[in-house]
Amino acid sequence: MLHLWLIPAFPLAGFLLNGLFGRRAPKLFVNLVGVGSVALSFLWVLNTLAALGPLETPHIERYFTWIQSGELRIGFDLVADRLSAVMMLVVTGVGLLIHVYSIGYMAHESGYYRFFAYLNLFMFFMLLLVMAGNFLLLFVGWEGVGLCSYLLIGFWFLKKSAADAGKKAFIVNRIGDFGFSLAIYLIVAHFGTLDFDPVFAAVRERPLETDAGLLTLVALLLLVGATGKSAQVPLYVWLPDAMEGPTPVSALIHAATMVTAGVYMTARCAPIYLQAPIALEAVAWVGAFTAFFAATIGLAQHDIKKVFAYSTISQLGYMFLGAGVGAFSAGIYHLVTHAFFKALLFLGAGSVIHALGGEQDLRRMGGLRKQAPVTFWTLLCAAVAIAGVPPFSGFHSKDAILLAAHHHSPALYWIGVVTAALTAFYVFRALFLAFFGDYRGDPHHHPHESPPVMTVPLMALAALSLAGGYFGVPAWLEPMFPVSEPAHDVALVVVSVIAGLAGIATAWWFYVARPGLADRVAAQLGGLYQLVYNKYFVDEIYGAAVVRPVVEGSEKLAWRTLDVSVIDGMVNGLGARAQSLGDVLRRIQSGNVRSYAAWVLFGAVLVVVAFGFWGGWQ
Amino acid sequence: MTLLNLCLALPVAGFLLILAIPKENHRAIRTAALAVSLLVFGLSLGLAVRFDTSLPAYQFVTNVPWIASPAIRYHVGIDGLSLWLVILSTLLTPVGVLVSWRYIDRRVKEFYALLILMESGLIGVFVALDLFLFYVFWEVSLIPMYFLIGVWGHERRIYAAVKFFLFTMAGSVLMLAAIIYLYTQAATFDYPAILSLVAEGRLRFSPLEETLLFLGFFLAFAIKVPLFPLHTWLPDAHVEAPTAGSVILASVMLKMGTYGLLRFSLPLFPSASREHAPWIAVLAIIGIIYGALVAMVQPNMKKLVAYSSVSHLGFVVLGIFSFTQLGLDGAVYQMLNHGISTGALFVLVGFLYERRHSLEIADYGGVATPAPNLAVVFMITTLASIGLPVLNNFVGEYLVLQGTAQVNFRWTVFAAIGIILSACYMLWLYQRAFFGAAPEPVRAHVHDLSPREWSAILPLVVLMVWMGTATQTFLPPIGAANARILEHTRQNVEFHVKQRPPGAASAEVARAR
Repeated sequence: MLHLWLIPAFPLAGFLLNGLFGRRAPKLFVNLVGVGSVALSFLWVLNTLAALGPLETPHIERYFTWIQSGELRIGFDLVADRLSAVMMLVVTGVGLLIHVYSIGYMAHESGYYRFFAYLNLFMFFMLLLVMAGNFLLLFVGWEGVGLCSYLLIGFWFLKKSAADAGKKAFIVNRIGDFGFSLAIYLIVAHFGTLDFDPVFAAVRERPLETDAGLLTLVALLLLVGATGKSAQVPLYVWLPDAMEGPTPVSALIHAATMVTAGVYMTARCAPIYLQAPIALEAVAWVGAFTAFFAATIGLAQHDIKKVFAYSTISQLGYMFLGAGVGAFSAGIYHLVTHAFFKALLFLGAGSVIHALGGEQDLRRMGGLRKQAPVTFWTLLCAAVAIAGVPPFSGFHSKDAILLAAHHHSPALYWIGVVTAALTAFYVFRALFLAFFGDYRGDPHHHPHESPPVMTVPLMALAALSLAGGYFGVPAWLEPMFPVSEPAHDVALVVVSVIAGLAGIATAWWFYVARPGLADRVAAQLGGLYQLVYNKYFVDEIYGAAVVRPVVEGSEKLAWRTLDVSVIDGMVNGLGARAQSLGDVLRRIQSGNVRSYAAWVLFGAVLVVVAFGFWGGWQ
Repeated sequence: MTLLNLCLALPVAGFLLILAIPKENHRAIRTAALAVSLLVFGLSLGLAVRFDTSLPAYQFVTNVPWIASPAIRYHVGIDGLSLWLVILSTLLTPVGVLVSWRYIDRRVKEFYALLILMESGLIGVFVALDLFLFYVFWEVSLIPMYFLIGVWGHERRIYAAVKFFLFTMAGSVLMLAAIIYLYTQAATFDYPAILSLVAEGRLRFSPLEETLLFLGFFLAFAIKVPLFPLHTWLPDAHVEAPTAGSVILASVMLKMGTYGLLRFSLPLFPSASREHAPWIAVLAIIGIIYGALVAMVQPNMKKLVAYSSVSHLGFVVLGIFSFTQLGLDGAVYQMLNHGISTGALFVLVGFLYERRHSLEIADYGGVATPAPNLAVVFMITTLASIGLPVLNNFVGEYLVLQGTAQVNFRWTVFAAIGIILSACYMLWLYQRAFFGAAPEPVRAHVHDLSPREWSAILPLVVLMVWMGTATQTFLPPIGAANARILEHTRQNVEFHVKQRPPGAASAEVARAR
């Protein structure tokens, strides 16, 4: 027993302490509990992994039976294997940095304790998600992180847009979870258990011919779940709106950890996907399409957080592309490096927003290089990492995905390369607009650098973004995913690097060398630009095609017509008729005792006849 | 005197005690009602402590003659199915007393007397093992509720009370006819005796007989559940009822219907139950989706919660008619869950009503600012109601859908849509009532929870977490009872099959297994 349970238990305790006592407690208490619990959790992860060593076989700890019904037993089982080890480190490590950063960022907010309580609750559920030993426990974490996402997006609940965004995130995720839960039902119905090991063993051993259709269905349903949580087409629409939440939340939940849960789940279910090639192909194409589609939207956004939100969707698409072409370890690898540089991009953006007193519009920024140097340099580290500039972290992981994609299908590779160019462009566009040129915002406001409690986490993440490519994640994961990776092909690597550099150069040309050129190009593109600028009108289409028909149909057809007019109308009609029948029957109540006696006799005869007919008293 | 008899008799004694208190002395009346209901709750916990899951029989049994001819016996006892429903009733009664503390200010004595009397009827329904006794309790519980709605309700209370009464009576008359017919065949009202007659093949029904009897019982239960399209009495009853009435109605009374299906319909008429299961399941699924859709567009909070009950109870019926261990366990668990979480929702809506004197969602907004604790409790209850894991409803819904998936995956697919929709209507309600800036009337009138209100709602919140995490406290007795019910449905089908032509028989037996 290594007491794995302590890893999620620390943040849970933090949640309870801050949730119950935080409102009246001093800030120091809230900080100590909120950040301290995550620090303890991180240390316990390190301690556990040191004790477990190379983890040749998974380490499982079983605690208690959660649900037992008939033959089905679902236990509270936690697992540490190579995959969950990577995830635990990312979640607690990056999570700790973001908690520290939040001390500075949220310093002046009311509901400070509430913020840390929710954040700790998120850590609990996220750790449960990555450490779960069976599908249902994974699902607990999965729904739990969704809840925390809902609570934190709507943190400023006085704002209607924030409350709307939280609700939208929850409901869209529920649609995804619908698919995930159906997959769970199918797994139990056919394998009789939800524990990972027996299910995967059965999948490997049973003859493919009998189970091919079932496994494909299961894998596709799991994909539906993944598209919800990891914001892939067609369920990505909640993530851009989720930027209503405080920026540390965007960094932790909507960039580094929670949204990657779909990728983790896909990798965890690799044995199923490997027996369901059609579903795996679907994963690849959903990922590739999302990567490209979201990147194009990112080109034209003015809100710095929205740019990074679409970037997150796009990068998650890369991870799915990796998993879909069978390179699960490359997908997880990109998940790790992305956690570093995207958390950094968001925290950096938060530092910029903090410097500008809440301004998020890139058009009202500019020239911040001098006022916020640490933010600038750390953001630059993140930008080169995501743009795939060698030898920084994003280069390694993106490269691994693109090579595997080319091996699988050149078309996927080329989509990835174009997306890489777009990615480099929009990230550097944001960087140039914010830090170069002249300050275009409120002249009375004086931008300032953030305090050390915020900049130190930025620097730590910058170091990770630069060097994260040398952590050897693929080699560590190799034994879990027995698919051989293709050999290095220098030409393919060169092409993708050139694409990234071209994107950076174009951004430089548009926004630094020739300011104003971008607007002219946008004007010339006309309708195409409008289409991209308005995010392809997807929200509007969903609203008109799904939301409005459901709400109005429920109101007019289901409620007012069927329920009130038809069903209740019939009931009331019956009542009215009974009343008129009652008028007739009232005449029987004549007050005449003799006629009553006659009725009693008549009734008694009826009863006797009835019993005689059907058997009677014995 | 067994513990169970005490639980049945004490509320009647409490009823008499309250009648003896002068009607001006409101404080003494309330205190007496609370004391009696808490005492009964404490005693009922003793049932759970001393209940032996390993015994395959009814426990705490009393079986004495009541009426000589026709032979009607006072035969009561509990198994794992009744156990928690009894405790649910005894838990919700003190909650009902607490939420009425200030809400009810006229005819106080009559109110509490009826509330306490009703408890006896509710417990009786869940423990009666004589069909006639069951029918008596069934009606005894109906009458106090009729008065609670009709006397202490809102504007349209008379309409709602009469509608409630007529709907329920329409069903129970048919059930009475079926019970009497059963008596003519079996020569006894004793339920275990009738069951063993059926199991041993000494009591046989023709297919037509069995169908008619099944439908007689089924209609009474389906109205009580309520199953779509027999549900339209429910929204009216809930909207008009005082808080305590809504709480008891939703938490306990609706369960009388699903309890009846499990206790009587399935074991007595297994062939008919299986034969009719497909369309019943379809009605349940329609109820799940339809109830949720209609709940979504309600402008009135209590109506919203009432329609959500139609949706939730659909899961229970679906689980029962899946004829699987998982489905039955989930159905029973879901009965308890719905009692806890929807009961809590009605309690909370009642708290809001006491402050703002309105049930219209549009009259609220921003409640989270003046009443943060109320907002937190309402949020936890909302989350429980939409089936968030770690809270109670998730376990029940999971088991029901898992059980259904083993029989008919298409049912599962459609029913699971209800889980998406539940998030839509509840979160939308929560947003409109609690988020945003608080308008002047809300700021002026809405204050946070008082100690009395805390004491009413906290036990329910604790149970939401407890039942969501430590399910093994509750599930083993339920599972054992359900296993016996399923056993009955199998025995009977095999027996029934022998009368059929050989070709059809093998198919029938295969389906039964």
